[in-house]
Amino acid sequence: MAHSGIDVLTAGSNFSRLLGGLWVTVKIALIAILIGTIVGILLGILRTLPNRPLRFILRLYLEFFRIVPTVVLLFLFYYILPKQFNVNLPAETVATLVFALWVASEMSDIVRGALESVPQHQKEAGQAIGLSYWQLQRYVLIPQAWPLGLPATVNLMTRVVKTTSLLMLISVMDVINIGQQIIEANNKTAPNGVFWIYGIIFMFYFIINYPLSRWDKHLNKRRLEANH
Amino acid sequence: MSTPLLHVSHLEKYYQKAHILHDVNFELNTGEVLTLLGPSGSGKSTLLRCLNGLEAYQQGAITFDGQAVTQKPKQWQQLRQQIGMVFQSYDLFPNRNVLENILLGPLKVQKRPRAAVLPEIQQLLKKVGMADYADAYPRQLSGGQKQRIAIVRALALKPKLMLFDEVTASLDPEMVRDVLNIIRQLAASHAMTMLVVTHEMDFAKQISDQVLFLADGQILEQTPGTQFFEQPQTERAQNFLASMDF
Repeated sequence: MAHSGIDVLTAGSNFSRLLGGLWVTVKIALIAILIGTIVGILLGILRTLPNRPLRFILRLYLEFFRIVPTVVLLFLFYYILPKQFNVNLPAETVATLVFALWVASEMSDIVRGALESVPQHQKEAGQAIGLSYWQLQRYVLIPQAWPLGLPATVNLMTRVVKTTSLLMLISVMDVINIGQQIIEANNKTAPNGVFWIYGIIFMFYFIINYPLSRWDKHLNKRRLEANH
Repeated sequence: MSTPLLHVSHLEKYYQKAHILHDVNFELNTGEVLTLLGPSGSGKSTLLRCLNGLEAYQQGAITFDGQAVTQKPKQWQQLRQQIGMVFQSYDLFPNRNVLENILLGPLKVQKRPRAAVLPEIQQLLKKVGMADYADAYPRQLSGGQKQRIAIVRALALKPKLMLFDEVTASLDPEMVRDVLNIIRQLAASHAMTMLVVTHEMDFAKQISDQVLFLADGQILEQTPGTQFFEQPQTERAQNFLASMDF
């Protein structure tokens, strides 16, 4: 009888190794989202200022990270930083850095768009009661902009989680890389293991991203209802 | 003679090449009500917005309460606490309830203690017939109710001057009276100096101590009291009044 290959999942420490890889994936995604969101909000606010040179530089930053594929960014940072600038960082740190910079750039655009969607009248009403620039941001603009930007932010999160699958290319021991190792180690004895390993990885990603996607849907629905 | 609360001299405003305001001069004494009348696009609202820094002007001088206006953002931020403004579109903050809308200025801008501010605000809310709505959100209120709250929000800062920019223009007819009555009461008490842009001629006639008639960015007539309504001097003003049928 042909071996189904499911044993590969439970053989030895395979399953706990996969979970360990998943943790690396989640950790990098979480830290990158956290840092990227904070930096992105600040950059987004700066991008609403009338200062032209500043806006140009921030726009350049956004377009660079948006246009250049993430793989290229990872290679750039992983191979060129140590070689040209003599900065040696562990792969996980490079990955977190690249992802955080990417999230920050995308967030800055989401935040800018959301802030600019708050009606000009609201800004003037806030100014008219004497609010300072930061008070206006804090009490009037950001609270109104945040429901506008949240759906796009959640969508960005799911993209970040998915894109972590590229990290194996710079030898981060993420869930895909571990899965690949297990497949190769068991290729002779259980050639069908590959289905099970990728099946379980599929489930992992699904468990993380499905709730995010549902949340995104819910937010969009609520926003449409609020507009009526 | 006491010095006027507001003194505007030779004000010029351009928007790119368009000349929006031309050589605007007037004075306003404490407790007086000045109404700005004129056809649409004559620059009434722009003039009002120049007086609290929402629009910049290119030439001329404004003196408010003995202080020369420098047009620096920091100074406007100070002056706006003394110059309240109410807009046509109410512009309450939708994310804050009525009380929070009103408290924002006194607590965060003026940094006054909540305990001292609350009784004043309850008094003001009572005056405008909105005492029961402190916890309501703007979306639950009618246009007239929103505008009454917007007036309280501006008054809560205890301003010396109030600017009303067509505050009843987007209200249903039956709500206009409530809002106008509040301004009438304010005018009657002589406790507040006011600059009012309106298209309600009967109302303007009742409250005005001084009328400025603006057309194409220039003051064509400047008269005390109700004289403007009875004996308009220029043809523009006569045509304007005839078209308002009140």
